[in-house]
Amino acid sequence: MDLTTKYLGLELKNPVVVSASPLSQNVADVKKLEDAGAAAIVAYSLFEEQITHESGELDHFLSHHAESYAEATSYFPEPETFVTGPYEYLDHIANLKKAVGIPVIGSLNGVSAGGWVDYAKSIQDAGADALELNIYYVATDPDLTSKEVEDMYIETIEAVKKNLNIPVAVKLGPFFTAFANFAKRVDNAGADGLVLFNRFYQPDFDLEKLEVVPHLELSGNWEMRLPLRWLSILHGNVKADLAATSGIHTGTDVIKIMMAGGKVAMMASELLKNGTDRVSGVITEIKEWMEEKEYESIQQMQGSMSQKSCAEPASFERANYMKTLQSYRA
Amino acid sequence: MERKKITIDGNEAAAKVAFKLSEVIAIYPITPSSPMGEHSDAWSADGKKNIWGTIPSVTEMQSEGGASGAVHGSLQAGALTTTFTASQGLLLMIPNMHKIAGELTPAVFHVSARSLAAQALSIFGDHTDVMQVRPTGFALIASGSVQEVHDIAAITHKATLESRIPFLHFFDGFRTSHEVQKIEELTEDDLKQLIDNSFVHAHRGRALNPDKPVLRGSSQNPDVYFQGRETVNKYYDATPEIVQNAMNKFAEITGRQYKLFDYYGAPDAKRIVVLMGSGAETVKETVEYLTERMEEKVGTVVVRLYRPFSVKHLLDAFPKTVESIAVLDRTKEPGAHGEPLYLDVMTAFAEAMSSKEKPFENMPKIVGGRYGLSSKEFTPAMIKSVFDNLKKEEPKNHFTVGIKDDVTFTSLDFDPSFIIEDPEATKCMFYGLGSDGTVGANKNSIKIIGEQTPNYAQGYFVYDSKKSGSTTVSHLRFGKKPIRSTYLLQEADFVGCHLFVLLEKFDVLEKIKEGGTFLLNSPYDTDEVWDKLPKKVQRQIIEKKLDFYVVDAYEVAKNTGMGARINTVMQTCFFAISGVLPKDEAIARIKDTIQKTYGSKGEAIVKKNFAAVDQTLEHLKKIEYGSEVTSQISLPPVVSDKAPEFVKDVLAQLIAGKGDDVPVSQIPADGTFPTATAKWEKRNVGLEVPVWETDLCIQCNKCVIVCPHAAIRAKVYDKDVLKDAPATFKYMDARGKEDADKAYTLQVAVEDCTGCHLCVEVCPAKDKSEVKRKAINMAEQIPLRVTERENFDFFLDIPEYDRKKLKINTVAGSQFLEPLFEFSGACPGCGETPYVKLVSQLFGDRAVIANATGCSSIYGGNLPTTPWAVNKDGRGPAWNNSLFEDNAEFGLGMRLAIDRDTEFAKELLHDLRDEVGAELADAIINASQKSEVEIEDQRGRVAELKAKLEGMNSDKAKELLSLIEYLVIRSVWIMGGDGWAYDIGFGGLDHVLASGKNVNILVLDTEVYSNTGGQQSKATGLAAVAKFAAAGRPSPKKDLGMMAVQYGNVYVAQIAMGANDAHTLKAILEAEAYDGPSLIIAYSHCIAHGYDMRYGMEHQKLAVDSAYWPLYRYNPDNTKLGKNPFKLDSKQAKIKLEDYIYTETRYKMLTKMHPERAKELLIKAQKEVEKKWNVYSQLAKMDFSSVKDEETE
Repeated sequence: MDLTTKYLGLELKNPVVVSASPLSQNVADVKKLEDAGAAAIVAYSLFEEQITHESGELDHFLSHHAESYAEATSYFPEPETFVTGPYEYLDHIANLKKAVGIPVIGSLNGVSAGGWVDYAKSIQDAGADALELNIYYVATDPDLTSKEVEDMYIETIEAVKKNLNIPVAVKLGPFFTAFANFAKRVDNAGADGLVLFNRFYQPDFDLEKLEVVPHLELSGNWEMRLPLRWLSILHGNVKADLAATSGIHTGTDVIKIMMAGGKVAMMASELLKNGTDRVSGVITEIKEWMEEKEYESIQQMQGSMSQKSCAEPASFERANYMKTLQSYRA
Repeated sequence: MERKKITIDGNEAAAKVAFKLSEVIAIYPITPSSPMGEHSDAWSADGKKNIWGTIPSVTEMQSEGGASGAVHGSLQAGALTTTFTASQGLLLMIPNMHKIAGELTPAVFHVSARSLAAQALSIFGDHTDVMQVRPTGFALIASGSVQEVHDIAAITHKATLESRIPFLHFFDGFRTSHEVQKIEELTEDDLKQLIDNSFVHAHRGRALNPDKPVLRGSSQNPDVYFQGRETVNKYYDATPEIVQNAMNKFAEITGRQYKLFDYYGAPDAKRIVVLMGSGAETVKETVEYLTERMEEKVGTVVVRLYRPFSVKHLLDAFPKTVESIAVLDRTKEPGAHGEPLYLDVMTAFAEAMSSKEKPFENMPKIVGGRYGLSSKEFTPAMIKSVFDNLKKEEPKNHFTVGIKDDVTFTSLDFDPSFIIEDPEATKCMFYGLGSDGTVGANKNSIKIIGEQTPNYAQGYFVYDSKKSGSTTVSHLRFGKKPIRSTYLLQEADFVGCHLFVLLEKFDVLEKIKEGGTFLLNSPYDTDEVWDKLPKKVQRQIIEKKLDFYVVDAYEVAKNTGMGARINTVMQTCFFAISGVLPKDEAIARIKDTIQKTYGSKGEAIVKKNFAAVDQTLEHLKKIEYGSEVTSQISLPPVVSDKAPEFVKDVLAQLIAGKGDDVPVSQIPADGTFPTATAKWEKRNVGLEVPVWETDLCIQCNKCVIVCPHAAIRAKVYDKDVLKDAPATFKYMDARGKEDADKAYTLQVAVEDCTGCHLCVEVCPAKDKSEVKRKAINMAEQIPLRVTERENFDFFLDIPEYDRKKLKINTVAGSQFLEPLFEFSGACPGCGETPYVKLVSQLFGDRAVIANATGCSSIYGGNLPTTPWAVNKDGRGPAWNNSLFEDNAEFGLGMRLAIDRDTEFAKELLHDLRDEVGAELADAIINASQKSEVEIEDQRGRVAELKAKLEGMNSDKAKELLSLIEYLVIRSVWIMGGDGWAYDIGFGGLDHVLASGKNVNILVLDTEVYSNTGGQQSKATGLAAVAKFAAAGRPSPKKDLGMMAVQYGNVYVAQIAMGANDAHTLKAILEAEAYDGPSLIIAYSHCIAHGYDMRYGMEHQKLAVDSAYWPLYRYNPDNTKLGKNPFKLDSKQAKIKLEDYIYTETRYKMLTKMHPERAKELLIKAQKEVEKKWNVYSQLAKMDFSSVKDEETE
């Protein structure tokens, strides 16, 4: 039985990839994931905004009350160097590369045009096998059009691609008016992979304090439907490799993603909940299913139920259930 | 090899050498010497090495006494050892100094000389501290400038090794320790050439060593002790030559020649001034002016080696032409015939002139004078008056100069218009706000000019004594010649005013020269700024024909993400218009400095500073103005006309920055000042202030209890009062049955509020239709100032709630009590003062307070005004600050006196029982005074007694009258920070706890020495970064509470107002009610923790929620009832420790310095929290029924 797959030009031993999450924060955990069978790991994201914010915070609070009062011209020791910026992250990527044999994919969330490119290059230089651009922009400005927003994404992708040698995947959220068109633009901009979909912190309300609080739940299995649909639709329409993330919890979930056209299925919530060993369980489930159904390889099933290959292509286009007579075709 | 030119201050200049020439450094923070220890600690943490290639070990001790003990031990064990200190710290070292000198041990103490606490504490510079150690046997050597500090430090380390005499190297606190100067840095090679290693080896050879055992520290008897003392004479006799040789060797290496007594001036001078320290620089400058420009025959002898005092070298330094000498001492020895240096010089001359070989033809007239105490300015005008005095037939002796003494008429008059500033130097003054980065920017400017051009540069910075809304004035000089002016600028070519409102507070343009340049940070457009200037400022600009520039620095800072930090903007403006450097070159150098300064904190910081530089020039505008004053704006009076005479006559001058003009007659002779004066100093520092919304308020009074400045207050009162209320005065119906038909008002003192936001953050009442609107919200202060001033005045006149009827055991009820601690100079959002204020509300009308030195003594007792206040009856806390180390004992002494005199009063009353009436006497003697009602009743009885006694004529009646006020119960409070309670004062605190006496100890625990700038104490948390723990504190916080619990008879509580205000109140009430020692440890958030102080109370909650700071009360009274005295009042951890500590820079910064160590320490700290919780929860579950006190059954 052949479980191998090819994603972003990387030869992977199976389609189970660990998605960007806290799972990659410790080298030891990543080693365990590798031992459990994970084919690759996407490291947690380097957030440019966080780096900038932390630098700003450090500078502000170290100096805010300084030089105000004769007895205390400062309130903190000031070492000659701080480990600020992306260095901790870059060191971590390098350490991961040293510790494991599976591909390590960096992940980056930038803010500024310069930041995207500079940090992307740094991650490449740190040894990452590929880079996943974790792009999201909550377009709250009513005067900002969808075209303007989409153009910003495309410019970023083009700029990064121009400056990088390693493959670049783009992780997107689902909130685009014409997603297929936008995916195609991303594809044309040079993305080597499309990762569907990003999950965001969504604000919640604390009714006791009447405060807005950030919230992120682990994914539920039902959430896989969205990437499943869009992988199916995009398969064959874009050159980029497709990957699914969100709601993938079992071996059969992975198989569904493969059939929709995915090259890899990415998991995090399931592993955060049940531990790193769960990877081996998922792989066993894949094997058992393939054995039972007599599939020979993963590649054999990739895209087999995409919109282009399935018997009911219209199913992917419907937004509401419609009762139809089976025999009727308009 | 060419030596590097660096611009540093005196402290760093000393520390650089001391670090390089030491193996062990034992330290303790004290102003102004702390930075020497801080530098050493940071260098050690960074792995820097001494000249022998090893990293000196730096250890903070619990006090200067401890530091000197550790130094003594380290020296005895063979290490080259140093320490740094000043003032009271040096006094604590005296016992060990005698020992170290007695044992002929080479060592150097570097001292930034400072005043001693006498009638008042002062952090500023003079030689009073150094003069106290004259008899210790230490050699004393003085430096007068930053370069000299650097050089003499090196000479001293050499001389001590060769002479075996320990040295105290001193320089003037602040004037030299904090003055930034361009100097030539000694290289490691210089130091290696200077130090003869054979003496180092000899020192080690004398170390205690079990391979060659000896005994030191024996006890000697009358037979030999005396002889033993005389054995050292030859070492002292040899020392002056050893020092001079060291100076000569130093000159060979560097070209800078020093002498034990250096002479400057006319070779045939007749009038000579003798002095030491920084004042000598100005004397030299003045002598040069007087000899060159006025052809006066004057000179100065500058004393460097003061002990051992070499008469020979002193006399050799004087030209034979000398006729009169003024010896200037920067110290005061009350009751002495003269100050020390004067007596030394006089004796030297007297001895010499009465010997056979008279070195001078005639005995010169010698007079002594005092100058410069507590960094009092010492200017050329004053020096000229000293020289002029020497011209007289009978020069005034034992004079003072620099003040007006209209009581004993010691002072010399001087002409302030005698100004000798170098006309070729550029002199610049900058007025800034403490938090706007002005001083930091100026330090950078000095670096740019000093290190990147051939010019010399000098910077000195004056800070005010407030911690909130503090202003800074920077004095900068640049020039081609070395700068020796050790006094503030007397005229300026350039004045920068970095905050518009400072034009109303200071005479900003007083010193600017005609044709000078004035740069103003203005929020107004260029066409309206002129009319916004006060009349006086317009007049000065016109009359002095100033080039007037404005920039809206806040706008540029905001646009470039700099927030309120306008340092880079103003610095760019300065270089753009001052002409100190060509503009483009200056901009390039500013950017270079930005890269160096901020590079390590991240590229984003560098970029936004660059953006600020680039945008500044577009916003910098020159203002054209006419020849007429058009402004309608007059400067407001400093204090209200309603203020008491003393406030108007004296304190107002201090507030206005004119304190130097106050004559001796106006200053209280014994340091006694009236309280309740802070309310007259309307500082208007809050840009935004809270505004009350009556439709939302639930009258919880949480905003009142947390207000650090007592600037938000609540009253419930009869509605009749409202008939006279101002139109904008707000009120609502009071809640609660007892207060039905009454009105409730929450009033803000907008002129006293610092705008910290704490009140808004704790307000629980939110608008149901728009949750961001609370019952109090911040609004711009200026539009509210006039109406709310009137409203607050009206509010103050509303009668207070009757204390007898108040439910003071509820948070809401307690906050109707009048605060007797108000409008202090504490930081905005201070975490300490809410506790202090609460104590003042509950017990202030009968409290006596002993306050340890530290933040609380500064915001509580620093002139010009005092926040401790009085109620309508004139009662309020009586307060004193003794020292840092003795506060618990000081408070205990107060308790002993009160107990003794109360008892004596009762004895007398008992004796007079029949005469005053048995019923009254018995009622007074037996009054329990446990409630407000009982105390008020007792006050009534005492008043009745007083009336009776006043009509009696017996000795006993008179005796009792003098003690009568003791008959009303008094509450003794001992307050201070963790530096005092955990470290320097712990021994005394422990003893007082063990005494069983009824004192209340409030520890305001900020977990660092806040007042001196955030050095670690034993209260500092594991994993926190602090000064002296630059690599993160590796050991856990001392559990002071549990130590006290072990006594069993001490009431102990750990509280955090932000986590549980009701618990805080309960604990403070119980502590006071407990008839024995009470210890309250109060979590106090602090600017030294590194986050926005508006969230201070939230951080307190996080500390409790993580179980880092469990709330508890240990009440020994419960033991008597068979109950567990220990009650754990908070729940087990709801959040992980990291979710608390990593919200604070003090912890978070370690992850940016040493990420791996941060991880290790976090794990350790989390375990520590869990371990402690485990112990506490076990203790809380213990059964005490078997130890029930039988008598209470």
